[in-house]
Amino acid sequence: MWNYIGRRILATLPVLLIVAVLVFLMLRLTPGDPAAVIAGDAATSQDVAEIRAKLGLDRPVVTQFFIWIGRGLQGDFGESFFYKKTVASLIADRIEPTLALATLTIILATLIAVPLGTLAAYRQGSWIDRIVMGISVIGFSVPVFVIGYVLIYVFALQLGWFPVQGYQRLADGFGGFLHRLILPSITLAMVYVALLARMTRTSVLEVLNEDYVRTARAKGLPNLKVLVFHALRNAAVPIVTVIGIGIAVLIGGVVVTESVYNIPGLGRLTVDAVLARDYPTVQAVILLFSFAYVVINLAIDLMYTVLDPRIRY
Amino acid sequence: MSAVPSMIVEAPAVTARKPGAWLRLLHNPSVLIGALLFALIALMGIAAPLLSSIDPGAINPSNRNKTPGYETSERDDEGRKITRKAIMGTDSLGRDIYTRVVYGARVSLIVGITVSVLSVVAGLAIGLFAGYFRWLDGVVMRVMDGLMAIPAILLAIALVSLSGASMMTVIVAVAIPEIPRVVRLVRAIVLSIREEPYVEAAISVGTPAVKVLWRHVLPNTIAPLIVQATFICGSAILLEAILSFLGVGIPPETPTWGNIMAEGRSLFQVYPHNILYPGAFLTLTVLAINMLGDGLRDTLDPRMSKRL
Repeated sequence: MWNYIGRRILATLPVLLIVAVLVFLMLRLTPGDPAAVIAGDAATSQDVAEIRAKLGLDRPVVTQFFIWIGRGLQGDFGESFFYKKTVASLIADRIEPTLALATLTIILATLIAVPLGTLAAYRQGSWIDRIVMGISVIGFSVPVFVIGYVLIYVFALQLGWFPVQGYQRLADGFGGFLHRLILPSITLAMVYVALLARMTRTSVLEVLNEDYVRTARAKGLPNLKVLVFHALRNAAVPIVTVIGIGIAVLIGGVVVTESVYNIPGLGRLTVDAVLARDYPTVQAVILLFSFAYVVINLAIDLMYTVLDPRIRY
Repeated sequence: MSAVPSMIVEAPAVTARKPGAWLRLLHNPSVLIGALLFALIALMGIAAPLLSSIDPGAINPSNRNKTPGYETSERDDEGRKITRKAIMGTDSLGRDIYTRVVYGARVSLIVGITVSVLSVVAGLAIGLFAGYFRWLDGVVMRVMDGLMAIPAILLAIALVSLSGASMMTVIVAVAIPEIPRVVRLVRAIVLSIREEPYVEAAISVGTPAVKVLWRHVLPNTIAPLIVQATFICGSAILLEAILSFLGVGIPPETPTWGNIMAEGRSLFQVYPHNILYPGAFLTLTVLAINMLGDGLRDTLDPRMSKRL
């Protein structure tokens, strides 16, 4: 088993390396001189030369890559052009809201989607099933920012239950922190619920046809027990896998949701950095998000043995 | 197994080509409703100049931020008074929201259709060769894994920001994250078709690789690709709107649904119509495409429908 874990981690390294190369090349492959792009339209040729030297752009591309990634692995992504701070400290400032939003969203989505999907599978073909499937098609189709603004309009502007926008740090009180995070999390959870509910329904449906489910029913176990301990337990692997895949959707959603609700997280930072043409920050944030995505999926892969003891390596 | 599992593309879906598969589409309510809605929106985009006589970019300082239903009057060249009703109100530059929404359909549809054609063609070409020529496979698939590990929105934002905002850049930037998904699908199909006796037979009598791919492999990819292209069209429209909304997409003067919403952001609390109308049309369009896709998948590709 440790052997498997070791091999699995090793297999992830090439993907991480390729992601790093792609993120690095994105800036280098732009038509024109990246130093000139960074310097902006009003720059003199001296400014451009200065930036080029500062970024090490006069060296061979391969050397540049290894310098960049070597420093990056030590947490040094250089200095932000726009914020005049190190990129690392910028990210450290912005990470709390994003983590909080993402965590609450995953919890919320799982709590909503798994029971819904199970219920839909249990009552396959009924009106409940149709409603759940209908919600999931709609969840895929309504853009995150439209959901966000509709929720703000109804619950913040009309009903006044929640603040319109903004974020409160956890250190300043849990109540206010949670209160401001609820609408953004619901917004972000919609797509996730759609994705998860569908997958839960499909995998529970498959399990419900198994012999052991029939046996459990035959020996007179209540339906709820059969559903939770026999069906859902055995459907856990695909459900958890989809939670992992959904992280990509979640990260995309974070960028949008933070802009809608004016939350000072990494998503907002990405957009602001792109608009300010602050490339060191853009590269670092994209690299961070992609690595997080790959590592979370690796962790989920490794969790399979815990979830399903039948899986042995 | 690769580091990033894909959700739609896992099973090599080989379609049983029964006669009448296309006919069965007409009996699928999801396909019918989706196609009808999509056709209506497409018609709206095509007939935009007939549906509104105003220029979608026309700025009118005296009509700024009017709520839906506001009547504007102006005098034409002969001095007659013309009264127009801004049924969806106006934005902070006095542009008519209804007109911009109608014209916005054009951009969304052009982006959606171009992106799905572009990414399917590119993904098909890469997938066919990667699946067929084994020496290519390792390298190509690792690059695809890497591309898929970067969340689509971030990849698109970065690509647009680097090459400057224009319709063409946005189309390319939205298409690139979609390509790996097509490649995986096509490759999976190629791998399973290669093992079919008729393909082995064709190879053993010395049929050139390109001909094998063209005659035997390509036809098997058509049905799953049509399904995939439909979903790509939907997500491309969403992604374009998100990019425009965030201010990193198509230049703001172009009437796109995302741009109308981006313009309405700052005044949303007072004038929600700037966001709600284009948002409704965007949702409806994507919903129509997704319904069409769901129906197509269930009809054309029964094995794939079990996966998700």
